[in-house]
Amino acid sequence: MPHHRIGAHTLIFPNRPRILASASVVGPKEGRGPWGESFDLVINDPLFGQKSYEQAEKAMYREACERCMKKASVARDEVQALLGGDLMNQIMASSLAARALEIPFLGLYGACSTMAEALLLGSILIDGGYASPVLCAAGSHYCTAERQYRFPLEYGNQRSMAAQWTVTGAGACLVGEAGPCLARVSYATIGQAVDMEISDVSNMGAAMAGAAADTLKRHFLDTGSTPKSYDRIVTGDLGQVGTDILMALMADSGYPLSRENHMDCGLSMYDQKEDVHAGGSGCGCSASLLSACILPRLHSGDWKRVLFMATGALLSPTTSQQGESIPGIAHALTLERGE
Amino acid sequence: MIKRYAALVAKLTPKSKLGQGCLRAYAVGGGICVFGQMIADCGERFLSLSSASSLTFASIVLIFFTALLTGVGVFDRIARFGGAGTVVPITGFANAMVSPAMEFKPEGWVFGTGARLFTIAGPVLVYGISASVLVGLLYYFFPW
Repeated sequence: MPHHRIGAHTLIFPNRPRILASASVVGPKEGRGPWGESFDLVINDPLFGQKSYEQAEKAMYREACERCMKKASVARDEVQALLGGDLMNQIMASSLAARALEIPFLGLYGACSTMAEALLLGSILIDGGYASPVLCAAGSHYCTAERQYRFPLEYGNQRSMAAQWTVTGAGACLVGEAGPCLARVSYATIGQAVDMEISDVSNMGAAMAGAAADTLKRHFLDTGSTPKSYDRIVTGDLGQVGTDILMALMADSGYPLSRENHMDCGLSMYDQKEDVHAGGSGCGCSASLLSACILPRLHSGDWKRVLFMATGALLSPTTSQQGESIPGIAHALTLERGE
Repeated sequence: MIKRYAALVAKLTPKSKLGQGCLRAYAVGGGICVFGQMIADCGERFLSLSSASSLTFASIVLIFFTALLTGVGVFDRIARFGGAGTVVPITGFANAMVSPAMEFKPEGWVFGTGARLFTIAGPVLVYGISASVLVGLLYYFFPW
């Protein structure tokens, strides 16, 4: 029986891995948003000086990783593993960045939940004494996601009111076993793929909210905590529709969330006037705001304990066109202020 | 459980503004058609085109402007505002051809632009042409 577990779905990290540094790179639309000043780099050209958007996504991902290592004053060859992924087919942005970074690489795919998945697995590597430090990263790009999941950029289609806007951005965290840190990871709840039989590809908030509620309930049950145990419960990219559904589901579950102690990265990313409909989405959404907003607040002491739960909609254009419904996934991590 | 969830989703998902969408589509689509009619009339009056040729001339000019506006990245914004108003006239078809041509250029002329040019317009052509063949056959055998 594994002994670093509490309850059915939650891991406990006795050594509480440390998030040593973090970095974020975002696109112009994100840079104009409420957190614009907090990102490490805002690129004004969505091509980021590259020949294609795919290359731009790779370059952003690499830039976030390099800036993160630089902030922690850690050389590339000292990093023992890179864990991460993106939304591109065959997670190529991460793979190509990993080729350039020359760090042992574990490619991950959890749709928009990838940052939480990377941090969860990275924490296991640290806590188990298998590696330190490790780099966890995730990224997405509006222009690569649109052409892969939807339409050409210049095609004049109508977006549904429930649709979300894929964030152009990347975020990276360096996790280690010792040293001054921004925050520490104490628990992690591994989410299940939960299918609420939503097959509308333009309503991913609805596809993910069921998984978000499921993971939250399991986390509270396993750890004996409640929403009040946290200064903020941060969800990845549920957007307006997903957030409203999550609130309703949690109110019914006996663990009601309040608007005051909940934050959704997708709802926080953009300025109101950007017309993004239900909010932001994409791996880069929670990854970049983790670095630009959540970790700095934990570090400053504004927040002492945060539940970071990135959410993903597990779909591909092929399975959706075949009529398959969209399972959602959500992984949660308890982040605490580092002493 | 799933039924209750579906009801919750239906309740909390915002609907498109039907009235506003219809009015905008009417104004933008109508505007495009008025512009097309003006081009046709100009063709007839100033270029001495026959009435049939002036209609073709109007289509060509509308396709040109759509391609230009798509190329400079403005058309999608007009379409977002105008909705079906830009889709229904020939402008919608032109945009559906030009936008993939631009989008897939990084993958090369053959496997990119060439192979994916008809990504959006393809189904319209397949079923449009099939339907016209079917109607043509029906008309051939039952010409009344």
